[in-house]
Amino acid sequence: MPEFLTAELLARAQFAFTVSFHIVFPAFSIGLASYLAVLEGLWLKTGDEAYLTTFRYWLKIFAVAFGMGVVSGIVMSYQFGTNWAVYADKTGPVLGPLLGYEVLSAFFLEAGFLGIMLFGLERVGKKLHFMATLMVAVGTLFSAFWILSVNSWMQTPAGYGINEAGQFIVEDWWAVVFNPSFPYRLVHMTLAAYLTTAFVVGGVGAWHLLKDRSNRPARIMFSMAMWMALVVAPLQVIAGDMHGLNTLEHQPAKVAAMEGHWETGSRVPLLLFAVPDNEAEGNHFEIGVPALASVILKHDPDGVIQGLKDWPKEDRPPVFIVFWSFRIMVAIGFLMVGIGLWSLIARMRGKLYESPLLGKAAVLMAPSGFIAVLAGWVVTEVGRQPYTVYGLLRTADSLSPVEAPAVATSLAIFAVVYFIVFGAGTVYILRQMAERPGTPAHVPEGPTRAAAYTTDYVKLAEGGRHD
Amino acid sequence: MIDLPLLWALLIATAILIYVILDGFDLGIGILFPFLETDEDRDTAMNSVAPVWDGNETWLVLGGGGLFATFPLAYAVLMPALYVPVILMLLGLIFRGVAFEFRWKSRGHRKAWDHSFTIGSMVASFCQGIALGAFVQGIAVEGRAYAGGWWDWLTPFSLLTGLALVIGYALLGATWLVMKTEGRLGLKAVRYARVTMIGTVMFIALISLATLSLDPRFMAAWTAWPAILYVAPVPFAVALLAFYLWRSLGRAMDHRPFLATIGLFVLSFVGLGISLFPYIVPMEITIWEAAAPDKSLSFLMVGTAFLLPLILGYTGYAYWVFRGKMKPGEGYH
Repeated sequence: MPEFLTAELLARAQFAFTVSFHIVFPAFSIGLASYLAVLEGLWLKTGDEAYLTTFRYWLKIFAVAFGMGVVSGIVMSYQFGTNWAVYADKTGPVLGPLLGYEVLSAFFLEAGFLGIMLFGLERVGKKLHFMATLMVAVGTLFSAFWILSVNSWMQTPAGYGINEAGQFIVEDWWAVVFNPSFPYRLVHMTLAAYLTTAFVVGGVGAWHLLKDRSNRPARIMFSMAMWMALVVAPLQVIAGDMHGLNTLEHQPAKVAAMEGHWETGSRVPLLLFAVPDNEAEGNHFEIGVPALASVILKHDPDGVIQGLKDWPKEDRPPVFIVFWSFRIMVAIGFLMVGIGLWSLIARMRGKLYESPLLGKAAVLMAPSGFIAVLAGWVVTEVGRQPYTVYGLLRTADSLSPVEAPAVATSLAIFAVVYFIVFGAGTVYILRQMAERPGTPAHVPEGPTRAAAYTTDYVKLAEGGRHD
Repeated sequence: MIDLPLLWALLIATAILIYVILDGFDLGIGILFPFLETDEDRDTAMNSVAPVWDGNETWLVLGGGGLFATFPLAYAVLMPALYVPVILMLLGLIFRGVAFEFRWKSRGHRKAWDHSFTIGSMVASFCQGIALGAFVQGIAVEGRAYAGGWWDWLTPFSLLTGLALVIGYALLGATWLVMKTEGRLGLKAVRYARVTMIGTVMFIALISLATLSLDPRFMAAWTAWPAILYVAPVPFAVALLAFYLWRSLGRAMDHRPFLATIGLFVLSFVGLGISLFPYIVPMEITIWEAAAPDKSLSFLMVGTAFLLPLILGYTGYAYWVFRGKMKPGEGYH
């Protein structure tokens, strides 16, 4: 094996790869679970069949996405041990209980009620079924709460001590769970999940509206999604800004990398384009707005911001990746705000469903949330390097005593398997999204889930339980 | 003062046992899958576990997450030692897990996802058995880290335990089907239950003897006086239960064979506990040495004491909602 392929690099690649694949599904299912609960609630409240049709449509997609989230998540929970054993030993007393709470309060809740949500309507009736849907939605939010607490503690550790075995131990649980960056990260990620789902739902709705403007479920999807974009996307910009200021306070090196900012000084420009270079300790091809970064970060054009050169070379995060991921995320955020405003104008003119241009833009933007979420996580995770626990435990010192070939082999197998399995899953989801909402789903020979859902709900709508 | 490490060791062991029983029967359905004759039977068998498999698998996450939380040193030593079987198990679980949804959604590739379900279930079961065997036979430790190579787990003993678990899970799956189905599929399940039961009992005996010869301390745990008075009933209970299982398979197709099989698993697990106690990394690290500080253990215990009964409650409810015999083509595919 080539020499640069160290166990550390491979283990990092494996973690980045598996976690990037995984994050897509929770981001989607957090938003979708809440959306399903709202749809079912609206159906129960209004009795309008179109909500039920929309619910049923997204439930099938949810089932596939959730299944992929579960299996890719199990991989994550064991990877701490297989590739990052020293990290696991040292942080276990602090982070283990938080993950334990995630399993106990979130995973079991989701898994326990998922079966009823997917297959139980006929058996438990409308109200209990709605409760099951709510429990699944609440479970996904609990999960976000704990996993973001864990991640935030690694970014901004608090409330800990260190024992004689070199393990982190807890001095104050309150300070550990509600560590300095946690509230910002939780809000930012939850909004991101809702936006991601909104743009997928809006894109699918727009796609079907472009073919048939009168399709009721498609109109419901598109209208609800555009409300979300209008309200939540600007909120996200504010939350993102607050998160950025928090990062500046606790992880200034990360912010310097996000800004591509090398020399400490005032009147720092906001770079729109640059090619940061770790070796040369500077940027090529800079285009920037003078003093704007100082204004944004310090709310003062003369505000002094630390540059990367303030840190020794070995303590700096890789700048290029962080710099560009950050720009991708921010650009998508502003595009989302733009779509929201556009939809408002169209709505006020009474042409929300009649504008093909808006519809096409919404279709194009359907995957944008996923890209923004991935870019955002790259900013926060790569920006934290070279540490696993910020300032305290280096990534290089977190590794398992495993040999590079073992990590390389498992990485290669994960890559192949993920592309096959999740590729197939994505095809099934896209195929489902191509089905026109409101028509009976494609029914292959033999009894299918799709057919069963249909009959379940039709029977239920016709007159309650059949036992 | 409560002995928190001991309490947690019992809790984690219980979580793993619950996992083995619950995911055991739905993995067992996957193992038996290719032996079922018609598509209708396969659909029925799969649908009998579709609403619950996800909850079953969550116990595995609790086992892993719980170990990380309460015995981080053991987690950090065991995972690198079991690197290959753990990764293969995860891959197996991926393939079988997605099959539950994918086989209904694919056009023309349904057979492929059926294979994915079967092979994934077999690989996951086999690797869990291998991991168990590798764990029992001992793990090289130096300082606070695993000190062996990445193929140390591969021995005749671990292959034996791997095979044993596949057969054992198949028995759990077969008796689950005996309970949940009727007609042709039910009768078929009875036949599979008989075959796999013979295999399971033979493996229990074989592995018990092999374990005793692995380390004199295992032998001592079973033969020292007066401990022998407490442990001797275990093998007798196994024999009695096996007899009861065989008899119950000849009668009505109901829950008794499944409960008897669960009994066999519980007894084997208790037997394992007797051999290993008080080690969490066999013969190297005890539960007290590996335990996280009391502050971590008590923090998680407070919530667990409240949440675990709740989990058991709604899990039980979910099983109750889907109670009764499956009928071919019925409701909730």
